Amino acid sequence: MSKKWTAFAVPVVSVLLGLFAGAIIMLISGNNPAAGYAALWNGAFGDLFYTGETLRQMTPYVFAGLAVAFAFRTGLFNIGVEGQLLVGWLASVWVGVAFELPKIIHLPLAILAGALAGAVWGFIPGFLKARLRVHEVIVTIMMNYTALHVTNHLIRNVISDGSDATDAIKETASLRSPFLENITDFSSLHNGIYLAAIAALIMWLMLEKTTLGYELRAVGYNQQASEYAGMSVNRNIILSMVISGAFAGIGGAMQGLGTFGNMFINSGFSGIGFDGIAVALLGGNTAIGVVLAALLFGSLKVGSLNMPLESGIPNELVEIVIALIIFFVASSYMITWLLGRFKKKEAK
Amino acid sequence: MEDVYLHKGVKNVDYVIEMLGIRKEFNGFVANDDVTLQLAKGEIHALLGENGAGKSTLMNVLFGLYQPEAGEIKVNGKPVHITDPNKANDLGIGMVHQHFMLVDNFTVTENIILGNEPKSGGKIDVKQAEKKVRELSEQYGLAVDPTAKISDISVGMQQRVEILKTLYRGAEILIFDEPTAVLTPQEIKELIQIMRALISEGKSIILITHKLKEIMEVCDRVTVIRKGKGIGTVNVSETDPNHLASLMVGREVTFKTEKTEAMPAQNVLEIRDLTVNDPRGVAAVRGLNLDVRAGEIIGICGVDGNGQTELIEAITGLRKAAGGTITLNGKDITSFKPRKVTESGVGHIPQDRHKHGLVLDYSIGVNMVLQTYYQKPYSKSGFMNYKEVYKKAKKLIKEFDVRTPSETTPARALSGGNQQKAIIGREIDRNPDLLIAAQPTRGLDVGAIEFIHRRLIEQRDNGKAVLLLSFELDEIMNVSDRIAVIYEGEIVAVVDPKKTTEQELGLLMAGSKKGVSEHV
Repeated sequence: MSKKWTAFAVPVVSVLLGLFAGAIIMLISGNNPAAGYAALWNGAFGDLFYTGETLRQMTPYVFAGLAVAFAFRTGLFNIGVEGQLLVGWLASVWVGVAFELPKIIHLPLAILAGALAGAVWGFIPGFLKARLRVHEVIVTIMMNYTALHVTNHLIRNVISDGSDATDAIKETASLRSPFLENITDFSSLHNGIYLAAIAALIMWLMLEKTTLGYELRAVGYNQQASEYAGMSVNRNIILSMVISGAFAGIGGAMQGLGTFGNMFINSGFSGIGFDGIAVALLGGNTAIGVVLAALLFGSLKVGSLNMPLESGIPNELVEIVIALIIFFVASSYMITWLLGRFKKKEAK
Repeated sequence: MEDVYLHKGVKNVDYVIEMLGIRKEFNGFVANDDVTLQLAKGEIHALLGENGAGKSTLMNVLFGLYQPEAGEIKVNGKPVHITDPNKANDLGIGMVHQHFMLVDNFTVTENIILGNEPKSGGKIDVKQAEKKVRELSEQYGLAVDPTAKISDISVGMQQRVEILKTLYRGAEILIFDEPTAVLTPQEIKELIQIMRALISEGKSIILITHKLKEIMEVCDRVTVIRKGKGIGTVNVSETDPNHLASLMVGREVTFKTEKTEAMPAQNVLEIRDLTVNDPRGVAAVRGLNLDVRAGEIIGICGVDGNGQTELIEAITGLRKAAGGTITLNGKDITSFKPRKVTESGVGHIPQDRHKHGLVLDYSIGVNMVLQTYYQKPYSKSGFMNYKEVYKKAKKLIKEFDVRTPSETTPARALSGGNQQKAIIGREIDRNPDLLIAAQPTRGLDVGAIEFIHRRLIEQRDNGKAVLLLSFELDEIMNVSDRIAVIYEGEIVAVVDPKKTTEQELGLLMAGSKKGVSEHV
């Protein structure tokens, strides 16, 4: 069995197994799985509006997934995507609200602000790891809470006067696209989807084609050999966290400049950063895999909203299906083994 | 081969294990082909072969991990089917693995009883187990403390725990897989005593190795396999290392490396009063002085842990010097970063090829530019040119006879010898003024060793300086033009290999002849 084939087959089989197990749970709870999945499908791709919504939902997932995958490929576990996304969101909205500029400058500036804020949020755990060997998982988890409460505080006390949300961003900083809205029956799909595709391409280029990527991956695989070869391990650790954080920060900008057009007080985490870990895992930490996994997550999340309406099945069931998919990906050894058996039988 | 015969002169031997005509294939690749091994009761029987010759496959067949396609296994004369390792255990076959299978933060006893715990009333009876372990340890002269934690004891002791594990499970036949690879010379001596003690208590031993010296010293007979084929069995008393080596490799092997007189020129490396601290901050290199000249090989010889590692790390920039100077071609390179040292003209074959020498998850081709990846033509305006990288790799793979399916094969998939050849190719290809070779032949078979020694000498003949660090006295004596003996972080003597003896070196290494004048 070729390695590439396995890398592709395991997530696909995991998704199928997850859906199958979800069907069993629907049966046990007295529901009709066929009706449930039909409602899910209709809710995700049933008409142009829903398709647009799915793609819109997919956008931040791509960025969050790329952020996790990038760090992972360079040997780091960035759990802090959620926090980096929140600060990126706020920074981009702040630029979008505070400045008066022509669109050609304003929008890139706002996105850049998001990337920068995320990068700073990633720099801190990277720096602590490089200098003091503090484990990035611990720091990034703490940084998530810090981000949540700092952004809430800034929204309430600094950017607005005690209100629950910022003002709406200026039109010149918006990612909204009348064209995309028109062709998707006025969904909230925005230009961010293009940026997501470009970001995936950039991540692939950066890791697979550039000299920097060669170095970053080498450090991820083997720090001692990298040091022996004359690479600066510490510099690469920091750089990797900064780039990962920038991806996450732009993911936040997608929410602020595209989906919502502002930022509001979050009582808890948005969950997108954490789902990003699942997206990266399902996508095998590759750029194209992340895009496909993000599409799946987007459609599951958006489609699930239709399940109670159309089939009376609670949409929490989709959460269970997602959890099961992750479970099956994580137990990929079992699936590889199953596939191996299957192949052998075929050969006989 | 006419001079290979089967256990001549001994009639009606009791074989405890017979593996007859074993054949094992993996997807068309024949790993074992008609291999026969007969282990007589009470003997130490060597299984000799190059890296990748099929020794491990054969033992895994005996251990029930693989099922042979053809052939028969008999234990005590009775045909058996060994379907899994538990069955092998029941038949009294125990394996002392090369890579220890021990839980670090368990005690010796806890490790030994793991999976086979004596219980009393639902609880593990550690006391009883400890008593039994202590008895076994005393019986075979192993001197293992049953209550010590694995993480606190030396590698040699850990190996004894592995031996105890098999004895505790009632093994009558012990298989040692490359047991001396990880041991110091002193520990090797002790291990040999232990093996003799085991034999005198009626056990039988199969010793998997490619070290001819050990075979000559402890074994009764030796079975040779080459490229999966059983070559035959010879009595050790009727053979010599040269003969064994040619059986193993399939051609004549020279142990005495052919080389002309060295023509040393100017100093390439000058080390003055160098002090280097180890990771704990204790001085490991203490005021060391050493010159390495162009066109000569200096061999550093000493007992492990006398500052060799720190010395090399300091020269190559992996560790900061605490004092003194290192000069290369008249330029001060003390405490340069590794990249600047490399760019100054130093090549480094590291001691641990897996830890430092290679990124195992990268392809072997990509590993060939590990230090030069950022230079043209491999990198251009920030982008890698993998076409050029693989072109270079192909050339080196051919030139240095690296056996790999292709240049895109992961480095991990190559055998140790071929990984080492790749590293040596990479380092020599940069044509460094100073080549540091730290244990360049560790764990390799004679064919590869011969190749590597030739390359080092070639480098010397091209007027380059070579610094060789090795724990094999034979290698030091054979390859070096001058030998520098290191003891407690100082060079205590520089001697001429032609005028010295192993005994003298041994004394110098032990620090008992400190201050001997240089007779070069």
